[in-house]
Amino acid sequence: MDIYLVGMNHKTAPVEIRERIAQVCRLNASPLEHRTHCRAVEELFFLSTCNRVEFLFTTSNGLQAVEEMTDLMVRLVDLPKDVVVNHLYVHRNLDAVRHLFRVASSLDSMVVGEPQILGQIKDAYREATQYRTVGVVLNRLLHKTFSVAKRVRTETNIGCHAVSVSYAAVTLAKKIFGELQGKRVMLLGAGEMAELAAEHFRSNGVRNMVIVNRTLERAVELARRFHAQTIPFSHFLDALLQVDIVLCSTAAAEPILRAEDLKPRMRKRKNRPLFFIDIAMPRNVDPKIHDLDNVYLYDIDDLKGIVDFNLSERRHEAEKAQHIIDTETLQFQQWLQTLDVVPTIIALRRKAEEIRRAELRKTLSQLPELSDKEKEAIGVLTETIIKKLLHDPIVFLKKKSVRDSKNAYVNFTQQLFNLDQEDAPTSSLDCTDG
Amino acid sequence: MEHILLILAACGYCVGSVGYFFFLVRNGENVHRAAWISLVGGMLFHGAAIGMRFFAAGHLEVSTLSEALSFFSWLLVVTYLVIQNRLGLRILGTFVAPLAAAFTLPSTILPSHMMPASPLLKSVWVWIHVSTLFAANALFAVAFAAAVLYLYQERIIKKKRPGSLDDRLPALERLDRVNHVCLLMGFPLMTLGLLAGFLYASTVWKSPWNWDPKEIFALITWFIYAILLHERLAVGWRGRKAAWLAIFGFSAVLITFLGVNLFLKGHHTLFSSQ
Repeated sequence: MDIYLVGMNHKTAPVEIRERIAQVCRLNASPLEHRTHCRAVEELFFLSTCNRVEFLFTTSNGLQAVEEMTDLMVRLVDLPKDVVVNHLYVHRNLDAVRHLFRVASSLDSMVVGEPQILGQIKDAYREATQYRTVGVVLNRLLHKTFSVAKRVRTETNIGCHAVSVSYAAVTLAKKIFGELQGKRVMLLGAGEMAELAAEHFRSNGVRNMVIVNRTLERAVELARRFHAQTIPFSHFLDALLQVDIVLCSTAAAEPILRAEDLKPRMRKRKNRPLFFIDIAMPRNVDPKIHDLDNVYLYDIDDLKGIVDFNLSERRHEAEKAQHIIDTETLQFQQWLQTLDVVPTIIALRRKAEEIRRAELRKTLSQLPELSDKEKEAIGVLTETIIKKLLHDPIVFLKKKSVRDSKNAYVNFTQQLFNLDQEDAPTSSLDCTDG
Repeated sequence: MEHILLILAACGYCVGSVGYFFFLVRNGENVHRAAWISLVGGMLFHGAAIGMRFFAAGHLEVSTLSEALSFFSWLLVVTYLVIQNRLGLRILGTFVAPLAAAFTLPSTILPSHMMPASPLLKSVWVWIHVSTLFAANALFAVAFAAAVLYLYQERIIKKKRPGSLDDRLPALERLDRVNHVCLLMGFPLMTLGLLAGFLYASTVWKSPWNWDPKEIFALITWFIYAILLHERLAVGWRGRKAAWLAIFGFSAVLITFLGVNLFLKGHHTLFSSQ
């Protein structure tokens, strides 16, 4: 049995194909419905995000299974097969496991460290369990994936640094104000960047916004969207008394706010902190206001500088994360290797149990005078003897399962106990946990 | 036994200091829990040591420098734990734990013999005077820690150069609030302590004001905090200015508390290192 991963992502597929991938993400029908048509595939898991489509599966016939999955992928993205094949990657066994761990830990994302991917994998797993396409191996692998991703989150700072301009602005605001609930934000100008930052502020708890824009229609439109107030452009200086964060993005050719305008207003505000985010070009706010006490001004270059610094921090943290993933991959490999001895262990237990039952039946038939309690006691006694007798050979086999010579030991055990391995049910592999 | 408890308390504070240092540089729930348990353990041992001395003397014993340092550091840890419980600023422990260790360690080394019981010390006014002033000083020490963190965090934000520690530090407004709350609680306690002292002095030395060096420095310290409180409430001082004044105020506290005891003679020489 092998684990395979077949997929496409932002690194292997150009933008035209990624557009198709993004559409796959929005499909209502799950490709897991086609699981029954893929004869070579045993367990199947399907992940799709805006930037990736991946099939993870187990199979005993790798070539055929990869072919079937490729065909399914072709149907999904609705492109010629040769185009799709050119951008596919196929990982097998440890490479597949490592890849999945990297994806879940967000090391393989377009923005390294972005937290959404783990949630998407969990959703995909939920879907796979609903379709009952995952079994012992993928269940174990996916649970391991969640714990690896969690370990990476807690043991590294990979997700701690803001890597977009608008998110960096929100992070800075939190450094000044702590929680943003109850804070009041003024949007001075209403461009797209301002809208994006406002969205970030809203998702961080800001409910109180004021829109100031020269064009009233746009101000009203945004105000409706953010349940905000509008204020005439000529009144914005006085409105500064009541706000905590100001996001400037007007198209003014020169600064519309100067230090000398703000200084007297800071006194009236009793020096409550005021944070300006100036994303306009040319800048809207006189840089000198940053020198005032309790006033903080960050322009677009400052924010970009923070983003660049944070990206380099994330790359540094990604090295630590990779080390964790490599360690966990090796541990998973050990578990996978134990699977090879499981059928023999099951066959051994089954044979012993059959002998025990047969002999118990014979013996009890010759002792009719025994009470039920006594029969039960003898039954327990035989069970305990069998369990203790098999304990050492089973432990021995499990230990050997991680070695290259495991096949010799498996053969030897089968000959020694005259086991018929074909009878062993492979679906009960989880007995290795015991 | 009491000395052993004091040594155990000092060990608890030292281990807590190391733990809080690791908590500062590398976040971790377990690291914080270990540091917090060490600090609380130290505080309990310390409380037991002070309690034993209290029962042995029959009154609060702060006659020697060793006792004064010990009582102050215990109150500092108690104050911090209460503030942490109410306002939840765990990172302040990075300052408070070493400060407590720095004050407790000398008290384990300095002569710890009990002074002959002076009738002067058995008044309830002395008890009020000492406990309120020490509690105020402990609050000012926490305010000092918050002020230092504020200035560091504010400097990073103003310089626009992110550092490796800035993500670990609390928001400016929270630090300023701790500073403010400590001042609001500490100043009335300090005022009460000084008034109790003046009242007691007027009964013992027939005059509330005796130009004692400690009296002079205590009044200067009181004025510094009075100015800070006035500016905060009336003018709206906050942030950097308030943080600097809190640091300045605590420096005055240290001079009044340690400098005057060690280097100047007066009525409070009673509370010196003899």
